[in-house]
Amino acid sequence: MRNLWIFISRYNAFFFFIIFFTIGVVLTVRNNSYQRSVTINSTNKIVGDVYNNLNVFKKYMNLGSVNDSLAVENAKLKTEILALKNIDTAKDVLVKDTAGVPQYTYLSARVIKNSITNRNNFITINRGKADGIETNMPVISPGKGVVGFVQDVSDHLATVRSLLHKDTHISVSLKRNNAVGSLVWGDRNSDYRKAYIKEIPNHFKINLKDTVVTSGFSFFPSGIPVGTVSNTGISTGDNFMTIEINLFNDFSTLQYVYIIKNKLAKEQTELEAKLPNEQ
Amino acid sequence: MSFYNMATPFVYILFLLLLPFGIPNLLLYIIAFATGLTLDAFYDTLGVHTAACVTLVFVRILFISVTVSRDGFDEPEPTLGNMGIKWFLLYAFLCTFAHHIVLFFLETFRLTEFSYTLLKCLLSGVFTLFLVTLIEFIFYNRKVR
Repeated sequence: MRNLWIFISRYNAFFFFIIFFTIGVVLTVRNNSYQRSVTINSTNKIVGDVYNNLNVFKKYMNLGSVNDSLAVENAKLKTEILALKNIDTAKDVLVKDTAGVPQYTYLSARVIKNSITNRNNFITINRGKADGIETNMPVISPGKGVVGFVQDVSDHLATVRSLLHKDTHISVSLKRNNAVGSLVWGDRNSDYRKAYIKEIPNHFKINLKDTVVTSGFSFFPSGIPVGTVSNTGISTGDNFMTIEINLFNDFSTLQYVYIIKNKLAKEQTELEAKLPNEQ
Repeated sequence: MSFYNMATPFVYILFLLLLPFGIPNLLLYIIAFATGLTLDAFYDTLGVHTAACVTLVFVRILFISVTVSRDGFDEPEPTLGNMGIKWFLLYAFLCTFAHHIVLFFLETFRLTEFSYTLLKCLLSGVFTLFLVTLIEFIFYNRKVR
């Protein structure tokens, strides 16, 4: 017993290393799992407050470009309103909503923390449970496409798993021929302006500069612009092809985002959970 | 694919590198653990920096116990000015790469991107090492013996 004690204290550096390293790895694994129970992240009040205050200066410096993008979006929305007003409503009416209430409602939020250089990037926004935010709500950028999904929510803050994350897959389609694929980021690529679409069947013909939009199969409403095709010649060796796209959204200057509340999200997940899982 | 997309320096490890010689091992590990946890809270990567910092301290203890004699702690801290450029560069090199390898592989958490992660790790490590040495040279004061 005494010898054992001498042995342990002689190599204490190694044993301490084992103990602390294990704690670190366990924390990582738990954090990687879908259901996260710990709150040592930026939804934490202290950490969130620091980011909230740090961001004041940056926010001020970016006012110009934020204004521009909002003006562009306003112009777009105004044109759409005009177009809608001119539709001959007697001819054919397209009713997309249920029971007169729109299926999707938008909520704006300010980005208080953002990262683009890691393998897995998160964004923190200044909205939380108090504003009705729930996990897995989709987040988009004003007029410029997808951002990601809500990951963790605290009372007044929420973290968003950005598109620039290894676990983010978004169902997208090509506007021209409706070929559906899965939008991912990061395989042999750490450029925040580029992403890949995987699992597009080989028989589709895809041109450069084709527009990519969301397909509506994941939590996102359909038709949100994502980017343009920039490279089609990536060989995968199977029946599916991978294409590279340029994202419309510039993650490095993200200032304001919209969170999309889907009125039917709960209903849809409940219904789909009943399907037999045969994978 | 450019250098600045691939390489992210983590200069905070200089704090752990420059802790005085006399600190007991357990305290060193606790400091490293706390440092890592704080960084993880801000990076939203719980556990990744913690494990990396603990590894760094392990390498640090091993390296110091091999190269510096136990009764020869006449210098208070392992700085460039105290220990000389050759010793410091090797020390910083080993610690930085131990830290970065754990950091990047835990962050990626899959082996399918092995070579890419390794490249990223290498470039970031070189960048960190460069900045660490640069900072040490700025605050360089050679001890008069």
